[in-house]
Amino acid sequence: MAQVTLNGNTIHVDLPKTILQVAEEAGLFVPTFCNDKRLVPNGACRMCVVEVEGARSLVASCTTPAADGMVINTETPAVIDARKSVLELIWANHPNDCVVCDKAGQCKLQDYTYRYEVDIDAFKGAKRVSEVDQSNKFFYNDQNKCILCGKCVRVCDELQNTSAIGFSERGFHTHITHPFEEGMDKSVCVSCGNCVSVCPVGALMPKSKERFRNWEAKKVQTTCSYCGVGCQMNLIVKDNKVVDVEPVNDHSNMGLLCVKGKFGYSFIDHPDRLRKPMLKKHGVLTEVEWDEALDFVAGKIKQTRDVYGADTLAGLVSARCTNEENYLMQKLFRAGVGTNNLDHCARL
Amino acid sequence: MTNSIPEIPKIDLAFVTGSNTTENHPVIGAQILQAVKNGAKLIVADPRRIELARHADVFLQLKPGTNVALLNGMMNVIYNEGLYDAEFVEERTTGLSDLIDVIQAYTPEKASEICGVDADLIRKAARLYAHANRASIFYAMGITQHSTGTGHVMTVSNLAMMCGNLGKAHSGVNPLRGQNNVQGACDMGGLPDDFPGYQKVTNPEVIQKFESLWGAKLSYKRGMPLTKMMQAAHSGEIKLMYIMGENPMVSDPDTNHIRESLEHLDCLIVQDIFPTETTALADVVLPVACFAEKDGTFTNTERRVQRVRKAVQAPGEAKADWEVFVEIMKRLGMDAPYEKPEDVMKEISKATQLYGGITYDRIEHKGLQWPCPTPEHPGTQYLHKDKFPRGKGLFVPVHHVDSAELQDEAYPFILTTGRILYHYHTRTMTKRVEGLHAIASEGFIEISPNTALKLGIEDGELVKVASRRGELEVKAKVTDTIQDQVVFMPFHFAETAANILTNASALDEISSMPELKVCAVSVEKIQTV
Amino acid sequence: MSLFRSHVLICGGTGCTSSSSDKIEERFKELVAEQGLDQEVMVVRTGCFGLCEEGPICIVHPEGSFYSRVKIEDVDTIVSEHLMKGRVVTSLLYRDKLAPPEHQLATSFSEVTFYKMQHRVALKNCGVINPEVIEEYIAYDGYKALGKVLTEMQPADVLDAVKKSGLRGRGGGGFPTGIKWEFAAKTEGPIKYIGCNADEGDPGAFMDRSILEGDPHCLIEAMAIAGYATGAEKGYVYIRAEYPIAVKRLKIAIEQAKEHGLLGRNIFGTDFSFDMEIRLGAGAFVCGEETALIASIEGERGMPRPKPPFPAHKGIFGKPTVINNVETFANVPQIILKGPEWYASMGTEKSKGTKVFALGGKINNSGLIEIEMGTKLRHVIEDIGGGIPKGKKFKAVQTGGPSGGCITADHLDIPIDYDNLISLGSMMGSGGMIVMDEDNCMVDIARFFLDFTVDESCGKCVPCREGTRRMLEILDRITEGKGEMEDIDKLERLAKNIKSSSLCGLGQTAPNPVLSTLRYFRTEYEAHIVGKTCPAGVCQALLTYVITDACKGCTLCKKVCPVGCITGEVKGLHHIDPDACIKCGACMSKCPFNAIIKK
Repeated sequence: MAQVTLNGNTIHVDLPKTILQVAEEAGLFVPTFCNDKRLVPNGACRMCVVEVEGARSLVASCTTPAADGMVINTETPAVIDARKSVLELIWANHPNDCVVCDKAGQCKLQDYTYRYEVDIDAFKGAKRVSEVDQSNKFFYNDQNKCILCGKCVRVCDELQNTSAIGFSERGFHTHITHPFEEGMDKSVCVSCGNCVSVCPVGALMPKSKERFRNWEAKKVQTTCSYCGVGCQMNLIVKDNKVVDVEPVNDHSNMGLLCVKGKFGYSFIDHPDRLRKPMLKKHGVLTEVEWDEALDFVAGKIKQTRDVYGADTLAGLVSARCTNEENYLMQKLFRAGVGTNNLDHCARL
Repeated sequence: MTNSIPEIPKIDLAFVTGSNTTENHPVIGAQILQAVKNGAKLIVADPRRIELARHADVFLQLKPGTNVALLNGMMNVIYNEGLYDAEFVEERTTGLSDLIDVIQAYTPEKASEICGVDADLIRKAARLYAHANRASIFYAMGITQHSTGTGHVMTVSNLAMMCGNLGKAHSGVNPLRGQNNVQGACDMGGLPDDFPGYQKVTNPEVIQKFESLWGAKLSYKRGMPLTKMMQAAHSGEIKLMYIMGENPMVSDPDTNHIRESLEHLDCLIVQDIFPTETTALADVVLPVACFAEKDGTFTNTERRVQRVRKAVQAPGEAKADWEVFVEIMKRLGMDAPYEKPEDVMKEISKATQLYGGITYDRIEHKGLQWPCPTPEHPGTQYLHKDKFPRGKGLFVPVHHVDSAELQDEAYPFILTTGRILYHYHTRTMTKRVEGLHAIASEGFIEISPNTALKLGIEDGELVKVASRRGELEVKAKVTDTIQDQVVFMPFHFAETAANILTNASALDEISSMPELKVCAVSVEKIQTV
Repeated sequence: MSLFRSHVLICGGTGCTSSSSDKIEERFKELVAEQGLDQEVMVVRTGCFGLCEEGPICIVHPEGSFYSRVKIEDVDTIVSEHLMKGRVVTSLLYRDKLAPPEHQLATSFSEVTFYKMQHRVALKNCGVINPEVIEEYIAYDGYKALGKVLTEMQPADVLDAVKKSGLRGRGGGGFPTGIKWEFAAKTEGPIKYIGCNADEGDPGAFMDRSILEGDPHCLIEAMAIAGYATGAEKGYVYIRAEYPIAVKRLKIAIEQAKEHGLLGRNIFGTDFSFDMEIRLGAGAFVCGEETALIASIEGERGMPRPKPPFPAHKGIFGKPTVINNVETFANVPQIILKGPEWYASMGTEKSKGTKVFALGGKINNSGLIEIEMGTKLRHVIEDIGGGIPKGKKFKAVQTGGPSGGCITADHLDIPIDYDNLISLGSMMGSGGMIVMDEDNCMVDIARFFLDFTVDESCGKCVPCREGTRRMLEILDRITEGKGEMEDIDKLERLAKNIKSSSLCGLGQTAPNPVLSTLRYFRTEYEAHIVGKTCPAGVCQALLTYVITDACKGCTLCKKVCPVGCITGEVKGLHHIDPDACIKCGACMSKCPFNAIIKK
């Protein structure tokens, strides 16, 4: 146990931990753009700087280990001024278009700007201007809005291990791109969208067909319905429609998704969906009411069982449906029909 | 999986065999690569040079269907070089001497003759695996979809047990389940032999338990597995089939045979979210809710039971599958006291110990891994900690047996099938996602540059592929990731359905698994007039 | 080895090579052979002599005749007169303007004031030996220190010696070298590395390059010693590709050392093994920052990483690593041979030994010098450097390159050491000294250095990437006469925040030139902002070109003006239209009567 003084309060912590971890565990707010607990700390955005007694300058709390006896202050005037300065500088190179930006309401830059009452016009000068890369089918890369926190690059490299994107050029001209800059679709990108999920601003954004403001949407946590990994994700829902998907952290999927999980949701409200029961009448499937269809099904089951025996019926349960549904179907067949002729495509 | 996904980044060796993980289980694939980045060794065995092979320390490009020979060869090296875990074998297993009798026949050279992998590479892989402390094996359908699939799985277990890589964290034998709830469907008794929780229908005690739980007289007779059902439907033995959320017309082997079988039925009831090749043959089609439109649970490949939540209303009059069953049960005069899925889960926890302690309250935030027998049980991160279900782990020696259908003059290539990243199963969902469809809109057959040269085929050219069961035309994709004698097709595409070609008659004796991974085909250039 | 009656030493440093010393060497060899003197006269290409202002330089021994600014045609004369007839060619000798008039003709190299005032430790062999011949290095006690270390000393003894010597990092930060080595030595690990930072990038600094060009074996020897002391068996030299001569000579030296068993397995028959590899940098200034250098060695993009972890714990490929620059290493063999006490006897209390400086800018003797720590700045500039050319007035000297600051005439008597320079708002840096006179505009100087850092910022952290750019834009505005007084406040606030919150040393020091010029020359800033004038007459936008009465009406200015803004008749007074003038200065340089001035 080490003893650390945090904003005047003495606390006891188990080390090793970074100052940021200590502060967050103590319930303190520390702003960050580039920090992600899944990634190697990078110290790029400098928003998380704090004052440590005895240090030559402010220190980035995300990369500095806390130490026994450390005296840390997270919101001194110098710290706040440095953060403001960082935000002012970001704004000097960022379009002021929040009112029409899809990220509004979920944008860290917006939130921190508000919190620290930043003068977004503090500096006027050159801006980095680049064309928006629309070549990927699922998301676009708008470098005009990028704040170069580097999370996308690190997620792609450290977690997804595709390493499709990186930094190009340097200094003021630094930007995020892929090798040879011929369009995202020409790169090794697998469109997993994990970069999109971590972007704190509106630079990497899904090409959603649906326009919505973040505060209009609700989030529903669920389990992905594709492969057997069982990734946890939030369905973003507006007006009874799934408009976006985001991964959820702290589960087996580590906040990652694949292209299907992240972007493959538009089948949900596809016009082809079956909407009404159908019965084959005179060789043609014809829409009927539920009662008619269900009565027909129950009648057929009874009739077949009674005439030919229970073992002339067979059921295929589904690896796509819920446990509860599979349970009920097998119960229907075993207890209701009296046969064990049950299987599913586990082998396919 | 015996073990858990969160353990993966900290393993020190991954042996991936018969799994194209980065395409079929991308998030697990990413975590295996994280482990590699953290210093783990990687062994990949696959007929194709898949993406993981690029990161592998040893890549074993074996002939399809020869896993047993390869693994026996590895065990031969491990045993003869004294690299096996003697303590584990002594304390936790039985039957090693029987195994040795078999594997002694598989010197690396002998194994190499069968599987086509260089003997030294077999040695290298064997030593790497045996030396690792936290070695995990990952496999998928490349191991199981063979007429000898059960033998393949046994062999994998033999290898893991021999090296003591079971019953501890960061290791184990980890089959990767292909579909979101294939684990749950099995757990729930969606199998011809098993009640929920793998309780055998042939066990009188079990029958008694379920008869009292369900208040009904139950059949003690084994049911038919899917492949037999289809044959029985073909012969008229099965009259009525009720299919929930499956599309056997594309997913099952020998499509022509399936069509005839389903057409033979008196009554076919299909419940689905979209019209499919199978609903087209149905007498009744019931529209149901998709995962986003209902509550429930899925059980993932690491045995974790996780919540599914209703986010939107189902379209039109579609109902959740469970609601449909409740309605039918009532019409059949059964007791169906279920108002919501949670009520069903309460009954499931009574039906099987595996789910005994699982309640919606407990999995509100995070899923639990079975076995979870009591409300206090924290779930099971990895299996076989102190003992195996049968006590001591039994080595079941397996000899290599050739695949049911081998190449010959008429059909000189081995066709192996699989999936690609951008599609899921029979594409009912993914073909309706614009971006996914745009990236991968049609089927293809992978052939090697040598084969292409020999047959005069160019990349992208339409070719004719035929097997004893059918033929189709599909675009050629010339790639050096595949061996000369092997061709590969994804099975997703109904328009160019690989399963027109595959061999439904070759089934694994124990699991009834069809041999989807190996069949003999011919590939021909289409002569233009 | 046969005995030669004469040795011709030709500087083969980058400076002299760029003024054709390679051709001079060739010509010497050609003529010596032609005259059949090749058994009597040996022509040697050495490293840098230091007095680059006077290059190309040749020294003929045994007389020690110091020929400066040698042209190719001079070689014939030197050969026919000096080498054949024994007559020193006095007309070609260097004039030592610092010496009393009667001694200005430098008959002997050792008598030249420029050298007499120096104390060469790191540069000991530069200009003395042929860097491409290992035997010459060995003849000057080369590899003796390594031998001593391996056969007579324990690693702990070596660490002790380096600690006791008081040697501090010569690359900029001034961290005590012995302690750095000790950190790495104490970090457990089977694999450790020694890294040499030869990515010298400060404008005008070239001490590391000179050592690599003139004495590459010294670096190899020192790195092997460091390897022995810390438990490392592999060294990486990160050297910029723009230093082709240095790279070539170091490669040759490494090969020779391997052939002689001084690198590789079981050096001197001991258990100690050490190998070295060169990594070429692509000329990014930031790669001189040690964590960026490590990233670049690993093949990653050259961007700094947060510290901690420090390289001594997690350096190259995550292994414990010592990173020192070339000059730091160059001191080590002599500390071992002559003892730490000898080294510590030089310098000030906290800055021991000697330091190499690269003198440049408005100074007579541009070049490389090595002096004891604690030498007064005035001595360096007025005596060794020979003062300001054309009798102009000294204004300031910038030390520490783009990370440092300027020091004014008021502080010239301060003894040079790490701490004094920092107290003046500057820093030691790698040892660049750029002298400025009354014609230098200090706002423009600050802008120049900031322009450099803006270009060289890696782009990783916000304060440096965005902040330096905004500071530069403000300075641009001020030098264009568009500044406002509040711009100074903005500069100061930005500078404070960039310094306090940047990720690496580049950003943390980038505002220094602005802060230091603001500290000492605030009035110049104010003159630009309020008076819209540039007192030094540098900032083009604030100047007007005016034709004075001295004009004779020759019409040359009118002809040369690219925008046709000069009017006037032949033999009549000409006039410049200030609104149309683009201030290119062509007229002024053309005017034969100095009749055009800017004000």
